[in-house]
Amino acid sequence: MRKVAIEVHDLWFKYNHSNEWVLKGINLTVKVGEKVAILGENGSGKTTLIKHFNGLLKPCNGVVKVFGVDTRFASVAKLARRVGIVFQNPLHQFFSETVWDEVAYALYNFGYSEEEIERRVEYTLKLMDLYDLRYKSPFTLSGGEMRRLALASILVYNPDIIVIDEPTIGQDAKHKRKLAEILNTLANMGKTVIVVTHDIEFAIEYFPRIIVLSSGKIIADGSPNKIIYDDNIVNRANIIRPPIISLIIELSKRYNVDVDLSKTKFDEIVREIINIIRRKESSLGIR
Amino acid sequence: MYRAIKEPSKTGDFKMTEAIRVENLTFYYEGEVKPALKNINLSINEGEYVIITGPSGSGKSTLCRTFNGLIPHFYKGKMEGEVYVKGLRVKEHSVRELSKIVGMVFQEPENQVLTLSVKDEIAFGLENLGYPPNVIEDRIEHVLDVMGIKHLKNKVIFELSGGELQKVIVASILAMNPDILVFDEPTSNMDPKSALDFLKYTVKINKEYGKTVIIVEHRLDYIISYASKIVVLNDGEIVAIGNPRKVLMEDILEDIGISIPQIPLLFKKLKRLLPCCETPLTIEEALSLLGRVIAEGSYRGT
Repeated sequence: MRKVAIEVHDLWFKYNHSNEWVLKGINLTVKVGEKVAILGENGSGKTTLIKHFNGLLKPCNGVVKVFGVDTRFASVAKLARRVGIVFQNPLHQFFSETVWDEVAYALYNFGYSEEEIERRVEYTLKLMDLYDLRYKSPFTLSGGEMRRLALASILVYNPDIIVIDEPTIGQDAKHKRKLAEILNTLANMGKTVIVVTHDIEFAIEYFPRIIVLSSGKIIADGSPNKIIYDDNIVNRANIIRPPIISLIIELSKRYNVDVDLSKTKFDEIVREIINIIRRKESSLGIR
Repeated sequence: MYRAIKEPSKTGDFKMTEAIRVENLTFYYEGEVKPALKNINLSINEGEYVIITGPSGSGKSTLCRTFNGLIPHFYKGKMEGEVYVKGLRVKEHSVRELSKIVGMVFQEPENQVLTLSVKDEIAFGLENLGYPPNVIEDRIEHVLDVMGIKHLKNKVIFELSGGELQKVIVASILAMNPDILVFDEPTSNMDPKSALDFLKYTVKINKEYGKTVIIVEHRLDYIISYASKIVVLNDGEIVAIGNPRKVLMEDILEDIGISIPQIPLLFKKLKRLLPCCETPLTIEEALSLLGRVIAEGSYRGT
């Protein structure tokens, strides 16, 4: 059995100034080394939920435990070393003059040696494709580069849990794929990876587990195919299906062909469509 | 193919003319040794819907900035070659003059807001040009209607969502009645639903109101079927240009890391099985093609 990284039990939360519950009885367990995507519309409570994972917010009711530690009794400073969160607007978290210093900052704070800092910062900048930009000011980077920098400044201190809010905004296809590879590597290293995203294509392509939030409640938690083919979930969470998914659903409905509706990865669906064409050709005796 | 231009304009003398022409354009930002744009040649006709795409840092925004003279008048640097907007040489005309022809919409609508209320925001430019109040009022009603945001008229700007605010910005630009609208990643901060909704309006402005639309956008799935032309930039150069059905099939797109919309990408992968077909761009086109294949067993004939 893998160890539990995050455990959320009957979490209720509302902000001080408001009477409305943002999170309404969330139950959730994430194991060490898992890769989880949290989907949901604006205002569904996604960001509020992840702020509980490093103790930035404390439950009004219920319990959040990180590696068994109840976040109500731990300081954010202590939790933050094990839980790195990359927030949506990277501008809000930069303050250094160069990309290099931005990434090195946390390590100085944690008291690492100069050589160790040098080694780690260089490695992380190269990993995130930012090494050539190391002397630039963070504030002059493009949106996509800023997001990569925000992730680099977390990865550099090697937290056990990495949480990223909207990692794919502003990233082109190449960097999205690269990001997916990095997240994979991190998970293989035993890190727990949680992303909050609107990018349904990214989620179903690269994440084995998807949690769907709607109005502060978890309305689905499971593998991508359990979610993307379920009309009820898709409608309730206002998910826009990727075109290839809509195509294969329509194909099965309209032409009454046998389609395997368990596949969610693009290449798998392409193979499925090729199979349909081949099956048809051989049944008609065409080769 | 482009539809709206088939319909004659009110005066009946509609001629297809060039909206923008770029000739041998190379641009270096001040202090840079590497050009941001290299030898760009491009012609955009009136009424076109043109998508500009490319990886980050490929020069998309830089190119857009030449269309209303922000380059070379505001962003300094070395500019070789020419950009003409409706025949005007941008080097010789101010941003102020060019703005009457070309409206620009950027990524962050917050940076473009000048006033506190939706109505004032739209009235602002018109008041500056000295239009009488009744004309301004009519114009406001009209552009709110075009953008489907009549219900926002009396709202305060900071109450709006990102998608709504971006629509208000477009309305305020439309109020000035430019011929050309340039959108530089207008949806990058929107969730998918708002983005899709916003993109529909960029198409509407083009198809129903005949504006030339130039849009830098990564979410191509929806807009690709409406585009008359797609321009692919990499490293400051145009690496592919033309009809989307053709351009999207070119291997260079995947090489440089552009996300090809799923439907054309699917048919790129089916090319060996279905060599004769024209690339579908929409789910409907894909369904009707696959429907024929399933019915007939093959699409290798005509």
